[in-house]
Amino acid sequence: MTSRVELRSATRPRLLRRPREAAFAIFWYVFLSCAAIVVMMPYIWMISTSLKGTEEIFTYPPTWIPREWHFHNYVDAWNAAPFGRYFFNSLFVAVIVTAGQLITCSLAAYAFARMEFKGKNVAFTLFLSTTMISAQVTLIPSYLLLKELGWLDTYMALTVPFLASAFGIFMLRQAFMTIPQDLEDAAKMDGCGRLRFLVQVILPLTKPMLASQALFAFMGNWNSYLWPLIVTTSKHLRTLQVGLRYFVGQEGGTQWGVFMAATVFVSVPVVLFYFLVQKSFVEGIALTGIRG
Amino acid sequence: MIKGESRSHPGAPASGSTRHNPIPRKPAKSWWKRWGEETFTAYLFLLPSFLVFAVFTFFPVIFSLVICFYRWNLPHQPVYIGLDNFKWLFTDPIDAPAFRQSVFNSFYYALGGIPLNMAISLLLARFLNRQLRGVVLFRTVSFLPTITSTVAVSVVWMWIYHPADYGLLNSLLLKLGLSPQSWLRDPHLAMPALIAMGIWKGMGYNVIIFLAGLQNIPSRLYEAAEIDGAGGWTKFWKITWPLLGPTTFYIMVISVINSLKAFAQMHVMTQGGPLGRTTTIVYYLYQQAFETFRMGKASAVAAVLFALLLVLTFIQFKVVGSRVHYD
Repeated sequence: MTSRVELRSATRPRLLRRPREAAFAIFWYVFLSCAAIVVMMPYIWMISTSLKGTEEIFTYPPTWIPREWHFHNYVDAWNAAPFGRYFFNSLFVAVIVTAGQLITCSLAAYAFARMEFKGKNVAFTLFLSTTMISAQVTLIPSYLLLKELGWLDTYMALTVPFLASAFGIFMLRQAFMTIPQDLEDAAKMDGCGRLRFLVQVILPLTKPMLASQALFAFMGNWNSYLWPLIVTTSKHLRTLQVGLRYFVGQEGGTQWGVFMAATVFVSVPVVLFYFLVQKSFVEGIALTGIRG
Repeated sequence: MIKGESRSHPGAPASGSTRHNPIPRKPAKSWWKRWGEETFTAYLFLLPSFLVFAVFTFFPVIFSLVICFYRWNLPHQPVYIGLDNFKWLFTDPIDAPAFRQSVFNSFYYALGGIPLNMAISLLLARFLNRQLRGVVLFRTVSFLPTITSTVAVSVVWMWIYHPADYGLLNSLLLKLGLSPQSWLRDPHLAMPALIAMGIWKGMGYNVIIFLAGLQNIPSRLYEAAEIDGAGGWTKFWKITWPLLGPTTFYIMVISVINSLKAFAQMHVMTQGGPLGRTTTIVYYLYQQAFETFRMGKASAVAAVLFALLLVLTFIQFKVVGSRVHYD
């Protein structure tokens, strides 16, 4: 559907020979530096506050660099709520959902990309139509269904509804269609079945697409909020996002040093992870238009 | 509709299949071998995804259309009441204004920031569309807010919007000689405050889509315009802006859809307040369903939301089509 988008400049590099270009480059750097500082400011403010003592937090004018460094905010935050458990829940759920989606999407994408069967167009349209239905709309019936099944407040409620993805199927189908048919014919002649061909040939050849798909699934699930909020009631099943909300909500909003420390350790792992994989993430978004 | 590979149909005459199959053909295979096996396997491959969609998407959609017509206040049993939920939604003297306000709030949130959002994103994308050192670094930085969870971001911005003098934003206002505001507790400023945070959070995504759009514009158009003596401003309005139209429209529709679905920031930062000024449709639905447990009424709200999102998603799909083909 889309051609591969290269996130590089269309204009060719030039040497900064003329003074006008040099002046422009300086302006360019100043402007972008200012923009970068504005974008980063909430993060810097978060980290700065997380290291301050109570007194310094409530003084005017506020300081950017703490006069005294209070690292114990982090210890206090970690001990004030079961954040270890929240981390485990978020990680466990996101990993199950990501792995499950890759399996179901690969199978369905293979069928749509490389097989001929009756009702293919109908099935494909049906699958794609699920992207038009957002979770907010099916929230109530899904909740009532899980209630009937007795799945409320279990890991089942957090994982099973997300084990398929129409976007994932669509994207993987695009990738699977690029594998030459001759390869499959040759494999078939050697007695290789479809499933084995999928696992041993197609999946290794489409690793970049699988990786970006996994990334979207993982990030989307890790950051989700509304669904885990309504289907979990007991504390030990809360995900990190829900746990952070309750932690900040219950204290009456005064211990900002501890709150910011908790927010730092909730957000920093994702930020670090993003720095590691940002290239494929950004290219994946430019390619598909899906937000994580 | 599906662009399948250009291979011959399994049921096609033998001339087609000899292209791939140089070995002399065996005696005619059974119907099962030639046709049934492939269909059977294909449906087997579709089954896991289909089961999940059937149970957690198709069934809920149909089920929600049924619940709309019932009074279902948990933990009581549902009672059929016809269109009363919708009547209540549009005519009830107490609840109809609340619902109308939530619709208004949703659109305020979705549309209020659009012009500024577009302007900032496009400006940044134009700046980043150059091959100078630092582009990748800035792109990475500008994308951070998008990948950080809404809950974490909301907690930080609650602290930035803190109504006391030592709140970051108020301290900046004081430095500039302006009076401090109560931001999230001010009925007139709460929604603009949420919108501002939303622009900050969504910018990185918009910049990347704009960047991809800018790079799809052939550079020969600019070169030709330069030969004709066009300046930077003319080039922008005569080439960039019209050719970027589909991209801009796509980002606008996507922003509106995502804003209409927003929930976490309201739940963390304002709980729909002050005076219901940040109670959006989704938040109203949440209150009806999961605070007062009126499932039928909440489903009627969901039906209205569904209709709104369906129209917008349909527009988005149309635009995606034109966005892909325009160059």
